[in-house]
Amino acid sequence: MSGAAFSKSEMMIVAAARELAGQRVCFVGVGLPNIAVNLAQRTVAPELELVYEAGVFGARPARLPLSIGDPTIVTGATAVTSMYELFSFYLQGGLIDVGFLGAAQIDRFGNINTTVIGDYAEPATRLPGSGGACEIAINARQVFVIMRQSQRSFVEQIDFRTSAGNLGGAEVSERIRREQGWIGRGPSVVVTDLAIWHFDETGEMRVDSLHPGVTLDDVRAATGWQPKVSESLGTTSAPSADELSLIREELDPGGAYTR
Amino acid sequence: MRDAIADLVRDGDTVAIEGFTHLIGFAAGHEIIRQGRRDLTLARLTPDLIYDQMIAAGVARKLIFSWLGNPGVGGLGAIRRRTEAATSARPGDPDAEGKLPRLELEEYSHFGMVGRYTAGAAGLPFYPIRSYFETDLPKANPLIREVQSPYGDGVVYAVPPLKPDVTIVHAQRADAAGNTQVWGLLGCQKEAAFAADRVIVVVEELVDEAVVRADPNRTIIPGLIVDAVVVEPFGAHPSYVQGAYDRDNQFYLDWDAITRDEEALQGWLREWVYDLDGRAAYVEKLGAERVAALKPGSAPSGSVDYGRYQ
Repeated sequence: MSGAAFSKSEMMIVAAARELAGQRVCFVGVGLPNIAVNLAQRTVAPELELVYEAGVFGARPARLPLSIGDPTIVTGATAVTSMYELFSFYLQGGLIDVGFLGAAQIDRFGNINTTVIGDYAEPATRLPGSGGACEIAINARQVFVIMRQSQRSFVEQIDFRTSAGNLGGAEVSERIRREQGWIGRGPSVVVTDLAIWHFDETGEMRVDSLHPGVTLDDVRAATGWQPKVSESLGTTSAPSADELSLIREELDPGGAYTR
Repeated sequence: MRDAIADLVRDGDTVAIEGFTHLIGFAAGHEIIRQGRRDLTLARLTPDLIYDQMIAAGVARKLIFSWLGNPGVGGLGAIRRRTEAATSARPGDPDAEGKLPRLELEEYSHFGMVGRYTAGAAGLPFYPIRSYFETDLPKANPLIREVQSPYGDGVVYAVPPLKPDVTIVHAQRADAAGNTQVWGLLGCQKEAAFAADRVIVVVEELVDEAVVRADPNRTIIPGLIVDAVVVEPFGAHPSYVQGAYDRDNQFYLDWDAITRDEEALQGWLREWVYDLDGRAAYVEKLGAERVAALKPGSAPSGSVDYGRYQ
């Protein structure tokens, strides 16, 4: 069934879920990552081991978790651990293939702010803070990001660096990661409501695929810097009827993530 | 509950009410509000609705935390109004007139907070973690410091021990001596309890010692370190207790509107905290229908055989 109507949020969630094809162990961040990974587990990645910072490895949620500490992530899971074990042995111990994060602000090198808008001591907006994000960004082998993009969220300069991306570019990022012994190679994909971005050899994100109906001008208007564009720019495949019905009927019938 | 809070929680204390989404001690937090404690330092990885309520009620001067929000829903208005520049100020600031007093923040990551409790529980001078590299967090919080490995293989970050004056843990069950059993998400209640000077355990059910001894792997806190056991069924509502009741998500959604409006929030505190004398009255006010709707289906564990060795 092609041509079905879908929202920008649904396209974003579907595109993010598809990126998880072939991945094995995914650390699930707060917010949009939660629905994307649960869709992936039901579609492209049935063997995906979901890891929740609340202390669960191998979750098999029967409903979409209302938060990342929902009781449905416990019932039927492979293991429930203390948070100490989860962060020490599973994450810092190097068992996580993909850390899936959301963000309030991101820069061209994939550095993330979830702490404050404005000055730290006199914030205009107080955001949630790191939670586990700063350690996921360092210790997961790669980082996926899902977020809505606009001039306010895709910014030239983030107000606070909560979680490290490619720092000032690939060269410095690779040197520092090597010198300091980080396990993670950094961000590899950013999925937004407009496009799919990957990171090029300089460590900067590049538009690789526009979602159906989105133009490059739309993306430029929602990006706080002059974005790099892939020479083989593609169009993201529209959500299938199956993907849409999983989101609408099973995962998010109330529309909490797709409004 | 009244006696436990009166005896063990004092003005100026550092208080940790832990529970990661699961087993959040709302009944204990409400009793602290009713008893009018002041100048507390509140510690918790995820200051969610309970700390929003306590901070709105004026019990705290400082917050130690790692993630601030209404999980799965949005923000915490009372805390935001007391931390953002437009609505709050430090005493003596020239523009303090008409603003709320600024809440002092001490901010970490989740692993940083878990490491702090772990160091506190184990009597260590710091806990080393491989977080914070190339972030602004050590600048925001000078207590996060670099430390050189004594074995010459690099630098890690250190966080200081956190030793609360009081840790309050909500749990499924305990015996009269305070031997406490939990299943479902464990968060860092064990670490926070062992780190504390005083421990209050609040349980859904008081059980015989034999129940605990029949399944010792499930014990997270021994009575040895517990100062008071309070039996308070439904004491974690609107959060949840694995196997007993689900999160009351409608409450979390409703809170989003209440917390945006200081007057609405103060009205809620009057209606649901100050005007009630305890959790039993709160549960009665919630109504049997709402309580019953939160009951999950059944998914019992298999049992294991510990063996008998004589």
